[in-house]
Amino acid sequence: MFTILHLAIIAPFLAAVLVPLLYKFIPRIHTGWFVLIVPIILFSYFLSYLPDVSGTGSVMKTFEWIPSLGVNYIAYVDGLGLLFALLITGIGALVVLYSIYYLDKHKEQLNNFYTYLLLFMGAMLGLTLSDNLIVLYTFWEITSISSFLLISYWYTKEKSRYGALKSLLITVMGGFALLVGFVLIASVTGTYSIRGILDASDQLADSPLFLPAMLLILLGAFTKSAQFPFHIWLPDAMEAPTPVSAYLHSATMVKAGIYLVARMTPLFAVSAYWFWLVTGFGLLTLIWGSLSAIRQTDLKGILAYSTVSQLGMILSMLGAGAAALHYDSVDNNAYTMAVAAAIFHLINHATYKGSLFMMVGAIDHETGTRDIRRLGGLMTLMPISFTIAVIGSFSMAGLPPFNGFLSKEMFFMSMVEIAHFPQYSVDSIGILLPIVAWTASVFTFVYCMMLVFRTFTGKIQKEKLPTKPHEAPFGMLLSPLILVALVVFIGFFPNTLVPTIIEPAMASIMPELAQTGSFGVDIYFWHGFTPELFMTVGVVLLGTAIFLALQKWNKMHAVFPENRLFNQAYNRSLEGLDRSSHALMSWHMTGLVRDYFIYIFSFTVVLLLFSLFGTGAFTIDVENMVPVSPYEAVLSLVLVGSSLILMFTRSRLKAVIALGVLGYTVALFFVLFRAPDLALTQLTIETVSVTLFLLCFYHFPQIFDALKETKFHAVNFVISVTVGLTVTLIGLSASGTRLFPAISDYFLENSYKEAGGNNVVNVILVDFRGFDTLLEILVLGIASLGVYSLIKLRLAGGENK
Amino acid sequence: MKYNDIILQTVTKFISFLIFLFAVYIFFNGHQEPGGGFIGGLMTSAALVLLLLAFDMETVRRALPIDYKIMTAIGLVFAVGTGVGSFFFSAPFLSQTFGYFHFPVLGELELTTTLAFDLGVYLVVIGTAMTIIQTIGEDN
Repeated sequence: MFTILHLAIIAPFLAAVLVPLLYKFIPRIHTGWFVLIVPIILFSYFLSYLPDVSGTGSVMKTFEWIPSLGVNYIAYVDGLGLLFALLITGIGALVVLYSIYYLDKHKEQLNNFYTYLLLFMGAMLGLTLSDNLIVLYTFWEITSISSFLLISYWYTKEKSRYGALKSLLITVMGGFALLVGFVLIASVTGTYSIRGILDASDQLADSPLFLPAMLLILLGAFTKSAQFPFHIWLPDAMEAPTPVSAYLHSATMVKAGIYLVARMTPLFAVSAYWFWLVTGFGLLTLIWGSLSAIRQTDLKGILAYSTVSQLGMILSMLGAGAAALHYDSVDNNAYTMAVAAAIFHLINHATYKGSLFMMVGAIDHETGTRDIRRLGGLMTLMPISFTIAVIGSFSMAGLPPFNGFLSKEMFFMSMVEIAHFPQYSVDSIGILLPIVAWTASVFTFVYCMMLVFRTFTGKIQKEKLPTKPHEAPFGMLLSPLILVALVVFIGFFPNTLVPTIIEPAMASIMPELAQTGSFGVDIYFWHGFTPELFMTVGVVLLGTAIFLALQKWNKMHAVFPENRLFNQAYNRSLEGLDRSSHALMSWHMTGLVRDYFIYIFSFTVVLLLFSLFGTGAFTIDVENMVPVSPYEAVLSLVLVGSSLILMFTRSRLKAVIALGVLGYTVALFFVLFRAPDLALTQLTIETVSVTLFLLCFYHFPQIFDALKETKFHAVNFVISVTVGLTVTLIGLSASGTRLFPAISDYFLENSYKEAGGNNVVNVILVDFRGFDTLLEILVLGIASLGVYSLIKLRLAGGENK
Repeated sequence: MKYNDIILQTVTKFISFLIFLFAVYIFFNGHQEPGGGFIGGLMTSAALVLLLLAFDMETVRRALPIDYKIMTAIGLVFAVGTGVGSFFFSAPFLSQTFGYFHFPVLGELELTTTLAFDLGVYLVVIGTAMTIIQTIGEDN
């Protein structure tokens, strides 16, 4: 049945259709106000699912889409899916609200923007609320495509197009890997349903395809979530308008990879590779991202690398959480805390990073620059933005009393805990995990401080700013204010999220453990004098010291040049691809029709002769053949004669006439064999095509004069003779072989009975095989448009010169 | 050099109408006797080509101001439309039906849905042939 849940998932797509109309016909009202309704309604609708998913609950609604093929549209809402649905619609609503003030309705193409944005929203909902892997994959690619469209929104800018293409190439490459991974899984378990696959996880674990499938799926997740070394697309994606960066490239789309890892955890967590890959790449990305962030001078660049780094942190927690699945129950299972921390941090990251992006957008909007070397001293001019920046950054740095502190503590706790994990040889190098985590956190602290103090304190440099700075309009500040209010609220009352969202989401990630009891998550500020607390104190002390040192050391950017290694690798491989495909194409695509005929005919002959003789299909049965009548003999002679003239004549007109004779003779053959329809068609076709040839030849150069010097080409001769022979042999063989009774009897019998027509040929064309005809005339139409555009385009190009 | 086309032009004025009429006859007759949309369309194109040969392109265009690209599109709409139309009668795509009806003057006639489909074929064939010939002919 088609339920409201299904409707909710496709609602953004439906709304996307209306956006251009609204933009065109109601230009006085900013289109964003209409779009805003969609995420608000969806958010409140998804809130109503909270009671359904509490504990281990889930809701599944099946709509039989194509029942005859068994294709169903299954919407599946569980804790994890609902968490993402709420994030997508909630942050989506705030971003749309923000964009109304960010994008000018007179200057910007709002129809494009909101259509792409709604397309993305729908795809993301579909991705997270689907039970079918292929459906998930399809929506996954739609998010990549809408991200591409949104990054290149200001498509006149070279950098936007570069960033858009980069993100598309990298994420779609991962998407293909993902598809192959899904197919591998389905080939082992026999189903594309995520539920079904999780039930058959033992079957997969024993399969040799387990590891390849896992690696391919991780490749997909890592490219999407901008993990090292695929993170290079995210900083370039910052060319998008800031609402897009806040929405796609920090709060939702880049978390699709995290969603996938979380979704697949019950399937793959038994493997040591999974644990080490997810945790290892997560931590590597965490430290790489935070180190890169402090080298940035662009505020959005800092935020981009910070997002990369924070995504790595969430992934590393999920990886560490995989350890929890090695125990049978939740009792004394400290590793479940890592999963809780991952989910908690995912929510926190969306709140503070969203507010920071919007704050940066406001600064960019009001001062005209995002370069921290030109900014400074904005504290008194933009006090509300400053407040937002302080709360957001301090939360990201892990300072109390904000939500970031709580999840950072939990992160440290789970890293310290995992260092004692008794399996996977963690005990040997496991001590590295908390050390890396701690070091990365120091740098995180540094760039958070840079974000606030380099922008808002110090001396204002008005002469370097393109415009006179002042506070942003209230509408632009409303969304980030709501988000920082959440940052503070979650900071003080984190446990309101626990039973409603965090524990249901944990139940989706660890379904078997959830059966054994409550996870008992309890989040609070004071844990006593634990290692985590000392780590935080160390982060603050060392971070402050580094920040102060860098403050004085203005030449820092010269000392830490940005690492372009992976970007260079990307650019080089793109250039190489371009060059090699160009070389390949120009090698065989000569532009001469003669060469193409050689390819086509050689392959045809080889394939046909191979299957004719290779399969032993060649037979000549002379018995059933009709004797040749004098008429037929004469017509055949005319045929051969005219084709010889066609080949050897040097006059163009003679050639056309010879071709016409050929065609009319074939028409006469049809008359002899009592096929009036074919004869009529052949006659008219011949008439029209002779005219066409005359028209075409009018434009040809005098190539016939050149033919006098043309040499004899042995290869061409052999090919043409072989083609003729092959066709003759196949004709003889076909008439001598009859494996099935002819279908003509059926047509003769049923033509009048079933279709009411006595002309069997016409009945076949329009009724029995009407589908063929439909597609044939479609091809005809396309061909005519092709001829039209080829000729007209060439004319237009000539005029430009 | 100026060609004297007076004979061709005079004959064409009559002949092209005859060809055109015959094409329409052949089109409607297709279900029972030789003919149909494809042949009818080709024959109509032949009549038009004859006009093009006898007169110049501009004259023909002023007499018949038709955009053949749009004709192709309309033909495709007819063909696809008969296919989709069967959905409204809970029948699979492109199901065709027929019946016998009594008309006041013409007497009993067979009407079939394939006629609409064939009309689509007819229009596409004319549209395609004429688009190609006209485009190439115009190209100097």
